[in-house]
Amino acid sequence: MKFERRTKIKDDQWFDIIVYAIATVILIMILYPLLFVVSASFSDPSKVIGGEMWLLPKGFTLDAYKEVFETKEVWTGYKNTIIYTVLGTLINITLTTLAAYPLSRKDLPGRSIFMFIIAFTMFFSGGLIPTYLLVQSLGMVDTIWSMMIPTAIATYNLIVMRTYFQTSIPWELQEAALMDGSSNTRLLVSIILPLSKPIIAVMVLFYAVGHWNAYFNALIYLNSEHLYPLQIILRNILITNQNALMEGDAFGLGERLLLAESIKYSLIIVASIPVLLIYPFVQRHFIKGVMIGSLKG
Amino acid sequence: MQDRSNKLMKRMLVRYELYLMLLLPLVWFIIFQYVPMYGVQIAFREFMPNLGFLGSPWVGFEHFERFFSSYYFERLLWNTLSISLFQTLVAFPIPIFLALLIHEIQNKRMRKLLQNVTYMPHFISIVVIVGMLNLFLSSETGFVNHVLSAVGIEPIAFMERADWFKTVLISSGVWQNMGWQSIIYIAALSGLDPQLYEAAKIDGASRWQRVMHVSVPGILPTIIILLILDIGHFMNVGFEKILLMQNELNMEASDVISTFIYRNGILKGDFSYSASIGLFNALINFILLIVINAYARRKTETSLW
Repeated sequence: MKFERRTKIKDDQWFDIIVYAIATVILIMILYPLLFVVSASFSDPSKVIGGEMWLLPKGFTLDAYKEVFETKEVWTGYKNTIIYTVLGTLINITLTTLAAYPLSRKDLPGRSIFMFIIAFTMFFSGGLIPTYLLVQSLGMVDTIWSMMIPTAIATYNLIVMRTYFQTSIPWELQEAALMDGSSNTRLLVSIILPLSKPIIAVMVLFYAVGHWNAYFNALIYLNSEHLYPLQIILRNILITNQNALMEGDAFGLGERLLLAESIKYSLIIVASIPVLLIYPFVQRHFIKGVMIGSLKG
Repeated sequence: MQDRSNKLMKRMLVRYELYLMLLLPLVWFIIFQYVPMYGVQIAFREFMPNLGFLGSPWVGFEHFERFFSSYYFERLLWNTLSISLFQTLVAFPIPIFLALLIHEIQNKRMRKLLQNVTYMPHFISIVVIVGMLNLFLSSETGFVNHVLSAVGIEPIAFMERADWFKTVLISSGVWQNMGWQSIIYIAALSGLDPQLYEAAKIDGASRWQRVMHVSVPGILPTIIILLILDIGHFMNVGFEKILLMQNELNMEASDVISTFIYRNGILKGDFSYSASIGLFNALINFILLIVINAYARRKTETSLW
């Protein structure tokens, strides 16, 4: 009896050791590439390319950052992305709230029909080509509207928001307000919205990160370089290697090639910094959003 | 009867503001979701820009036949299906495993650290992810190949080789998304009744046995729902990332139905042909969803509807 218990404790200790070992491996696997990019962006490019730098910056330099900040496309891209993110998110939030609130009301005749119309689009859609032709025929191609209007509502987010309204705001409260003669609009504006700050925060984050990171719609709808968002600039430099840096003659060709490599690391940092900087402060909200989404509406 | 419809009218009228709120979003859904669904009929027409969606002449199943007999058909179907299957077999279970692991960590700080770190890559854009892959996996300058050559392995041009494409695609996807996708399971696990664990402990179950017989069955409904949703998008295979990773050298493995649609439709302007391929893709997805949902409902009593 005694012996048995002791082996059991030992088993559990082994279990703990294995759990922590795996957890450590996962931590290193996730963090190492991120750390590598940060260090490489501050390092002498020849040391990075030669494999001498493997964890901390070697031959510290800020040249790559200077080069990134002097690249005009990066600034234009930044500016455009900020515009698309701010304006786009505003449109997203307005339309999503306007749909989510009425659909959360159990007393709304026809609610299930509307719900079906909306939820159906999660599982079936016309696809890329008909959507593209539609946007084209609306005259949105190569305008900033193509970055915001076709993605004005994400059905999943709408359903998350509706679930929040349904589960987190007591119906009795709304009923009482209506009894007191409040109109439905006033109910939404002065009672529901102030109580919904957490879900609005979640929605702002979901949509804003989506806008910040989006590239595909810009790829198909935009032709003018002055409208390109940051991600398209990134794609051109990081992936298709169209690099403005390769032109000009301030340095020798060898040095240009080296710098063109190291600018990639600093560019990644410059492009990701806004999202990664706010991440620690807002990740709680994101998680809340996923949890609300996991409740069956 | 008259009375009832009058009452309904009255209930609707009282709430007219709610319908007004719904108006704009509903118009959006009709224009940007249902008009393209209606427009999918160009798959059965020969689309001409000057004649529009509805004016172009009918050609029946011509485009579908052309696709099915196309030289690329088998390759596209195989790549799409195999990437999806690979994803479902590898990328789907890993977040479940991670959630179970996180749930077993007793130290609160370690648990929080692991969660925050694994969620982080989700917020990096795929352009950056693919850019990082290009940098790390480069055969001459990437650190992965520096490590390989240090242990005496010949450099591998991962990004240019068709046989490595799917592995790189899926493992980088796991790296980016396993944490984020584990959140739902962690939520489900923390919702389980602690008494279940206590009871199992009293019955003499070891930690491992408690995981297998309490935790896993506890989150099974969540797993099934997510699996159904996953399979409902079976044919979509993370197309935006594949497009970024695609190059002439790995085409043999990286060309999937969605990238083929993009190339033929958007780049070459062969709208009707690519719309028909898109419809084929969407239909398979939809049928898969219905079949798997019906199956899950019969077998496990958990389903989407």
